[in-house]
Amino acid sequence: MKNVVVLSRRSVLAGTGALVFSFCSQSRLVAQEAAQGGQQSGAARALPGSLKTSPFLDSWIRIDANGSISVLTGKAELGQGIKTALLQVAAEELDVALSSLTIITADTARAANEGYTSGSHSMQDSGTAIRHAAAQVRALLIAQAASRFALPGDSLRTENGSVVAPDGRRLSYGDLVAPEMLHVRAQPESVLKDPRAFKVMGKPVARVDIPAKVTGGAAYVQDLRLPGMVHARVVRPPSYGARLAAVDTAAVERVPGVIKIVRDGDFLAVVSEREFQAVKTMRTLAAAARWEENAHLPKQDDLPSLLMKLPAQDTAILDQRQPPAAAQKTVEATYTRPYQAHASIGPSCAVAQFENGAMTVWSHTQGVYPDRQAIAEMLRMSIEQVRCIHMEGSGCYGHNGADDAAADAALIARALPGRPVRVQWMREQEHGWEPYGPAMVTKVSAAVDASGRIVDWDYAVWSNTHSMRPGGAGSLIAAQSLSQPFAQPGPKPIPQPEGGGDRNAIPLYKLASARVMHHFLPAMSVRVSALRSLGAYMNVFSIESVMDELAQASGADPVEFRLEHLDDERARAVITTAAVRFGWSSSPLPGGRGRGFAFARYKNLAAYCAVAMEVEVARDTGRTRVLRAVAAVDAGQAVNPDGLINQIEGGIIQSISWTLYERVTFDDTRITSIDWSTYPILRFNAVPDSVAVHVLHRPGQPFLGSGEVAQGPAAAALANALASATGHRFRDLPLTRERIKAVLPV
Amino acid sequence: MIARTIIAVVVAGAILIVTFFGWARHPAIDPIAQPDPHGLDTALVRHGAQLAALGNCNTCHTAPGGKSFAGGVSVATPFGTIYSTNITPDPETGIGNWSEAAFRRSMREGLDRAGRYLYPAFPYDHFTLLTDEDDHALYAYLMSREPVRAAAPRNELRFPFNLRIALAGWKLLFLRKGPFEPVASGSEAWNRGVYLVEGLAHCGACHTPRNRLGAENKNDRFGGGEAEGWTAYALNQTSPAPVPWDVDALYAYLRNGWQRVHGVARGPMAPVIDNLGVASDADVRAIAIYIASMSGPPTPERRRKAGELLARTGVQGPGSNPVSGDSTTTAQAAKGDGSGADMGGMIYQSACAVCHESGRPLPFGGMDLALSTAMQGPNPINAINVVLAGLPAAEGERSPIMPGFTGALSEAQLTDLIVYLRARFSDKGPWTDVAKHVRDAMTGNRRFATYATRGNASAPADSSQREKPW
Amino acid sequence: MVKLTVNGREHDVSADPDTPLLYVLRDELALNGAKFGCGLGQCGACTVMVDGKAVFSCVTPILLLEGKQVTTVEGLGTLDNPGPMQRAFMEEQAAQCGYCIPGMMMRAQALLQNNPLVSDADIRAALQPNLCRCGTHMRVLRAVKRAARLMQTAGASSTGMGGGR
Repeated sequence: MKNVVVLSRRSVLAGTGALVFSFCSQSRLVAQEAAQGGQQSGAARALPGSLKTSPFLDSWIRIDANGSISVLTGKAELGQGIKTALLQVAAEELDVALSSLTIITADTARAANEGYTSGSHSMQDSGTAIRHAAAQVRALLIAQAASRFALPGDSLRTENGSVVAPDGRRLSYGDLVAPEMLHVRAQPESVLKDPRAFKVMGKPVARVDIPAKVTGGAAYVQDLRLPGMVHARVVRPPSYGARLAAVDTAAVERVPGVIKIVRDGDFLAVVSEREFQAVKTMRTLAAAARWEENAHLPKQDDLPSLLMKLPAQDTAILDQRQPPAAAQKTVEATYTRPYQAHASIGPSCAVAQFENGAMTVWSHTQGVYPDRQAIAEMLRMSIEQVRCIHMEGSGCYGHNGADDAAADAALIARALPGRPVRVQWMREQEHGWEPYGPAMVTKVSAAVDASGRIVDWDYAVWSNTHSMRPGGAGSLIAAQSLSQPFAQPGPKPIPQPEGGGDRNAIPLYKLASARVMHHFLPAMSVRVSALRSLGAYMNVFSIESVMDELAQASGADPVEFRLEHLDDERARAVITTAAVRFGWSSSPLPGGRGRGFAFARYKNLAAYCAVAMEVEVARDTGRTRVLRAVAAVDAGQAVNPDGLINQIEGGIIQSISWTLYERVTFDDTRITSIDWSTYPILRFNAVPDSVAVHVLHRPGQPFLGSGEVAQGPAAAALANALASATGHRFRDLPLTRERIKAVLPV
Repeated sequence: MIARTIIAVVVAGAILIVTFFGWARHPAIDPIAQPDPHGLDTALVRHGAQLAALGNCNTCHTAPGGKSFAGGVSVATPFGTIYSTNITPDPETGIGNWSEAAFRRSMREGLDRAGRYLYPAFPYDHFTLLTDEDDHALYAYLMSREPVRAAAPRNELRFPFNLRIALAGWKLLFLRKGPFEPVASGSEAWNRGVYLVEGLAHCGACHTPRNRLGAENKNDRFGGGEAEGWTAYALNQTSPAPVPWDVDALYAYLRNGWQRVHGVARGPMAPVIDNLGVASDADVRAIAIYIASMSGPPTPERRRKAGELLARTGVQGPGSNPVSGDSTTTAQAAKGDGSGADMGGMIYQSACAVCHESGRPLPFGGMDLALSTAMQGPNPINAINVVLAGLPAAEGERSPIMPGFTGALSEAQLTDLIVYLRARFSDKGPWTDVAKHVRDAMTGNRRFATYATRGNASAPADSSQREKPW
Repeated sequence: MVKLTVNGREHDVSADPDTPLLYVLRDELALNGAKFGCGLGQCGACTVMVDGKAVFSCVTPILLLEGKQVTTVEGLGTLDNPGPMQRAFMEEQAAQCGYCIPGMMMRAQALLQNNPLVSDADIRAALQPNLCRCGTHMRVLRAVKRAARLMQTAGASSTGMGGGR
C-alpha cells in the first residue's frame, strides 16, 4: 500500500534527488483536485491522452537519485509490443538510450488508472501521455540545469541522460532531479521533438520482451512461482447457471497432498500441493458432482432469425436518409455472424495471495483497476485492500477468461490466508467459459445511380453488447456462483463514436442518403463480451461486401469505386498503396482464383487499413486458401513500424481463421466447442504464401490505434476474393468449405 | 528322335505363344480430340462426381499436395511399386484423347486406350461391374476436370511383372467381366449395395485377402486384407469387432465417420468416409445393408459378450475410474512382478487412460478401448499405427485429434504397451511378433499412410451423449 | 524418484511417475519454455524434444523418459549466448504474445536437426501440430528458414548451441 506519508518517508531516507511519485487511484485524484480547486479540472480535461485523468508528470516518468528512469503506464503488454513502443516514445522525448529505461505496467499500486488496454487506445492514450510527460520532464530538467548553470535554457541540450551546457558542463538527470520536482501537473502544450530528429521513435526497434520469451525467461503470469505457492483447479459447471446439487468431497479431501476443497454455493475448487494432483483431483470431483442445469441455448441454425426477433433498443446512429426518387440499381443483402471465441492459446491463469488483510492478485486482465474493483466487491473488501498487478498472459484479443481466473484465485486465496494460490484454467474451461464475440446480423439495402454514385444506403445491425467487462463483481462468473451471488449487471451499449455492435457501422464513404440503425439486444443466452475489433469485424465485412456488389452493379472496378466515394486523403492513400502493391487489376486469373479488396478506418477515427487478397478455391472439394495478402496501414506517427506490421499481419491471419473456420457450437444446454478438435483454427497448411504490409508513415501526426484495424478488411477482402473466384456472394460467416463447395459447379 | 521331339516341342511352343499373343493382344482404340467440357450435361457430370466419390478415384489418383486426378500416387505391391496414372483430360499425359469406348473398356476389361494391360492395382476386377450408364457419367465427369500436364512416374516392378502382357494370364484367371446383374432374390437396396460394394466402392480390394498372384481370394471374401500399411478388418462373419456391426451401426459409421461403440474412421478409411459425404443416404444405407448381410446375425455367444461389454462401458465418466484420479493406483495397477506388463500398464494408465477413460463421448473423446476392433484384430498393426501417429487435425473442420506418441516411446515401451493393451482389452490371447511389428513401424520398414479424420464428424453428437463437464 | 536428463543435466525428480513431463519441467525444474496450452496434445505449446524428436510434453508421462535426453528451449541457448534457432527468432521478431513460440522452436529444431536441407513445404508440414493464435505464422516460417541457414553455416551440433539449464 502506498500513500503520501510513506512516500515522504522514502524521500527523506533517500536523500536529495529522490523522486517521489504518487499512485493515481481515482480517489487520490479526486482529493488532489478538491485540494487545488475546481479550476484545475478544466485544465485537466484539456490535457492530451491519459494525462486527462492522471495529470501529474510523475505518474508517467520517475527518476531516481542515481539517474535510473522508470516509465509508468496503466496499459498492459498483451503481446502487441506496447512496452517497447512506449519505451521508444519516452526514450525519444527524454533523449536517453532505450536500454537505460525500465517500464512499469498496469499495477493498481504503482501505475495510473488507464482503464482497459483495449479498443486500440494504448498509443493514443498512454503513448500520448508519456510522450508529453517525457517532453515536459525534459523541459523541467533543462530548466533546473539552466538555473544551476545560470545559463538560458535554450542554450542547453540533452544527451544520454544529461543536460549539457555549451561550455561542456553537464549535469545528469539524477543530479538534477529533486523530491516532488516531477509531482507537478502537466501543461496542455508540450515542446515535442521534431520527427526529423527521431532517433528511436519511428524505428523498428527490437521488442524488449522477445529475448526472454525465446530463451526460457520468466515472461508470463503462468511463470510466476512464489514461495509456498499452491495449485488450484476450479470445477466449473457444465452449463450457464447450473446449480451444484451435490458433491461428496470427503474421499478427495483425504488424499495426501490435497490441501483444501473450497466450496461456496456453486463455486467449487480444489487446492493441492502439486499441480498435476490438482488436475486429477479436479477430475475426480467433477465426476462426483451432480448439477442441476437450467440453461436454454438457442438452436444454432436459427440464430440469425432469433436475434432479429429479440427485444431491441433501436438507435439510428446515422439518420440522413433521402432516398432518391428514381429507380436505381439496388443491392440487398443480409449477413450473419456466429459467436466466435478468443480461444487464447494459453488458458487463463492467475496467482493471488491474501496476507494481513490485503489481497494481491497477479493477472493478465486487460484492466487491473476494474478487475480489482470487481474482486474487492466480490470479497466485500475495500479496494485499498486489493492490489491487482498485470503480468502477461498469452494473447487475449479482448475480454477472455483472465478477469474470471483472477477472481477465482482471489476467492481461493482468501480461504488459505498467507499462501499464494495459483489457478490455471483448463483448455475446456477457457473455451467453454470465456465470453465470446457476439453473434450478429446485418441487413443492407443500397443503391447506385447510372453514374456509379451511391445514392442510398440503409443499414441495420442486430447485436448483443460487446462489453461485459468488470465493472462490478456481477460480471465475474465466480461471483455469480457464490451462495450469496452477485447479479450480472444489465448490459449497456457503448456509445458512438466508439460503438460496440455498431462499431464501424457508419461507412466512411460519401453517402448522399444514409441511415444506420443499431438494434441493441440486451437479452443474452450465451456469455458475450469484447472480441478484437468488436462489431467492426462484422460491420466492415458487410459494408465492404456491399461496396463490392455495388461496384459490380455499376460496372466499376472495386478499388476505383471506393476511391470515388472517399475524400479523406489518408483513406485514399492506403487504398491506392494496397492496390498498387498488390498489382490490382482486372486481368483474368487462372481458374479457381479470385481477387478481393476491402478498406476501413477503425471506428472512423483510428488507423486506416486496406487489404487486397488473392484466393484459390479447389473446385472438387471447396477447399479455400488465401494465396497472398497485401495490406497498407496508416497509424499516424508509427512508433514501431515493425510492431505495427506484426499486428497487421497477425490481424489478417487471425481474421482469415475467423472468417473461414470459426464458430462456437452448442446444443440445447451446453457449449460444445470446448477444445481445438471442436473449435478448429488456422494451422500452417492453410497459411498464405505471403502477407505483405506497407506502412504509410505520418511523422508528427497523432498516434492512431491499429491493433484491431485489420480484422474487418481482411474478412471482406476474403469474401470479395471468393466472389471473384466463384461468382457467388458469401454472406454467412464462417465461409466454410461445405458452404463454398455447395455453390461450386460440379 | 530327340531332335524331332525338340523340334515338335519348339513348334508347339511357338504355336502356343503366337496363339497366346494373338489372343492376348488387344487393339488400340483411336484417339479423339479432347471433348468440350462445356458441352457436357451438368446433371450427368454431377452424377459422375457422385460415382467418382463412391469409387474413391481421387484417393489413388490425386497425390498429396498434387492436383486433382493428376496421378503419381505410389502403391506398394508384393511385385514392386506402381504409380497411379493421370486421369485428367490432358491429351498427352492424361486421358484427354480417350473416347468413351476406350474409357469403358478400361473399366470393364482393364485395358488402356492403346490396348495395353492395366495393372490390377487399378481395381478393374471391381469396376468391371459398372453399367454402361454409370461409365458414361464417370466419363463425362472426368472429361470435365481441369486438365493437368503431369506424367506419372514409371512403375518399379520386378521382372516378369513389369511385362504387361503377363497380365493376360492374370485376367484370364481372375477377371469375371461385368456389368453387374442383380440377384432376383435380393431386395432392391441389397442389390444396390452389392453393385456399389463389389463395383465402384471396391471394398474387397482392401478387405479381402489376396493370393500369391495378388488377386482377391474369392474363397475368403471380406475375410480381411490390408491397405497402405494398415490392416483392413474382416467384414464377414469373422469380423473381430467386439460389438457386432449391424446395418444401423454401419450406416452411421459410413455416413458420419464414427459410430458410438465402434470408434472413429481413421487411416485409409478416413478419405473413404470423406468421399461418401456426397453419396446419397440411400446409397450409404445400401452399402451398409450389403456389408451387414455378409456377416449375418451374430452368434448368441458373440451377442452375449457384446451385451456384457456395453453394460460395463456405459458407466465411465471423467475420473470415475479411480486410476485417473489418484496416482498411487497408477503404480498399483501394474502387476507386481517387474515384467513388461508393469510398464505397459503404467504407460496406459498415465498416457492413455486420461482420454480413453474420460467418458467424453465420441467422436471427440478417446474411445473406450474395450470397444476397439484394433485390440481384437489378427495383428497389432493398426494399434501400433494409431499410437505412433495419432489422429491429425483436419483443416478448419471439427475432427477428433489424438496426439501421436512417436518420439515419446522407445521400441521396448511401445511393445510393452501393445502387449498390455491386447491382454487387457481382448480375450483372444497374445499377438505374436509384437516387437517385430513395432520395429517395422518405428524404423519405417513398414510405412503407413496417415489421414486427417474428417468425414462428417461435423455432425453434432446427440444431446444424450454430450460432453461431460470438466 | 525418477531420473530425468534435461538439457544435459540429470535430475532426480520427486513427481509421481505418471506425471506429464510438462508439469515436472515447469514446477519442479522451474523451466518456463514449455507451456500449458491444452494438456490434450492438440496445440503444441508444450513441445519439447526427447532424443531429438518432437513430443508433446503435456501427454508424455515421465515414467517413459528414464535414460532419454530431454531438450527444452532453454537447452538451445541462453539470453547471453543464444543458439541459432533463438537468434533466428529474435532477428525475425517472430513473436507477438510469444506463448506458442518455444513449442514452435522445439518442433523446428527437431526438424532441422534431422533434415538440414528442408523445403518451405516441409517446414509447413512439420509445424502443423503447433497452433499460433496471434497469427505470427509468416514470421515463424521465416525464422525457421533463417535458423536452417544459421545452423548450416555454424555447423551446429545436434544438441544445439550454448549452455542450457
